[in-house]
Amino acid sequence: MDEKKRNEAYNNYVKAKIPKTKPWPSLFNSFWVGGLICVLGQGINDLIMLWFPNMAEQTAWTYTLVVLIFLASFLTGLGVYDRIGKFAGGGSIVPITGFSNSITSPALEFKNEGIIYGMCVKMFTIAGPVIVVGIISSIIVGLIYLFI
Amino acid sequence: MYYLWVFLIGGLICAFGELLIIKTNITSARILVLFVLIGVVLEAFGIFDPISDFARAGINTPIIGFGASLAKGAIGAVKARGLIGAFTGGFEATAAGIAAAVGFAFLFGLLFKARTKK
Repeated sequence: MDEKKRNEAYNNYVKAKIPKTKPWPSLFNSFWVGGLICVLGQGINDLIMLWFPNMAEQTAWTYTLVVLIFLASFLTGLGVYDRIGKFAGGGSIVPITGFSNSITSPALEFKNEGIIYGMCVKMFTIAGPVIVVGIISSIIVGLIYLFI
Repeated sequence: MYYLWVFLIGGLICAFGELLIIKTNITSARILVLFVLIGVVLEAFGIFDPISDFARAGINTPIIGFGASLAKGAIGAVKARGLIGAFTGGFEATAAGIAAAVGFAFLFGLLFKARTKK
């Protein structure tokens, strides 16, 4: 069998084995769960602004992100966030809470392999590329703004 | 009631991410990278702030907001300090988020019992 045919057969096999998620319910679930996480963010932000009226808007939003990241990390530790993730898919990945989950989750998963080579290394399996691509693109944007 | 817009826009962005997952079987790492890039591009072209004034947490809570602050930090730092700003700005603007994510992950990683992903 030549390679092309073999690959095709393999791809068909994989396609048949992948669990099918019904598109409409999963889209709807990510919509309302993702929307609610954003509403939670807005609520935390408004509370901070209410309690500290003199705080700069940017600082208040930074605090909001830290609170959201804290909550997601804690819920990941309890195992709750992964259950939400199974239900909501993109609704739990796209918000900043998903970023937090993507760091805490492997930290717990690879804890048994040691603190340094398990937790500290594996923490960045997903967050690593995000930070690398983010920083590189921010350098490029900075350079462009320097020259225009 | 701006909470409705926060919900609708935030929800639609997340549903768009889910749509990409369903259609292309893209991994969650790629989704996050893609949305960060969208945020950087939106901010670089000056489109992010007008949307943000309107959508508030609806666009800032998704990781698009993280990308936008990266670009915003780099642009602001370049304007204030010149060339070195391109290298310091991105991390400066997102330092709190990254530090919190790493710090809490380490803390809760130590506190909670290790478990394998099913």
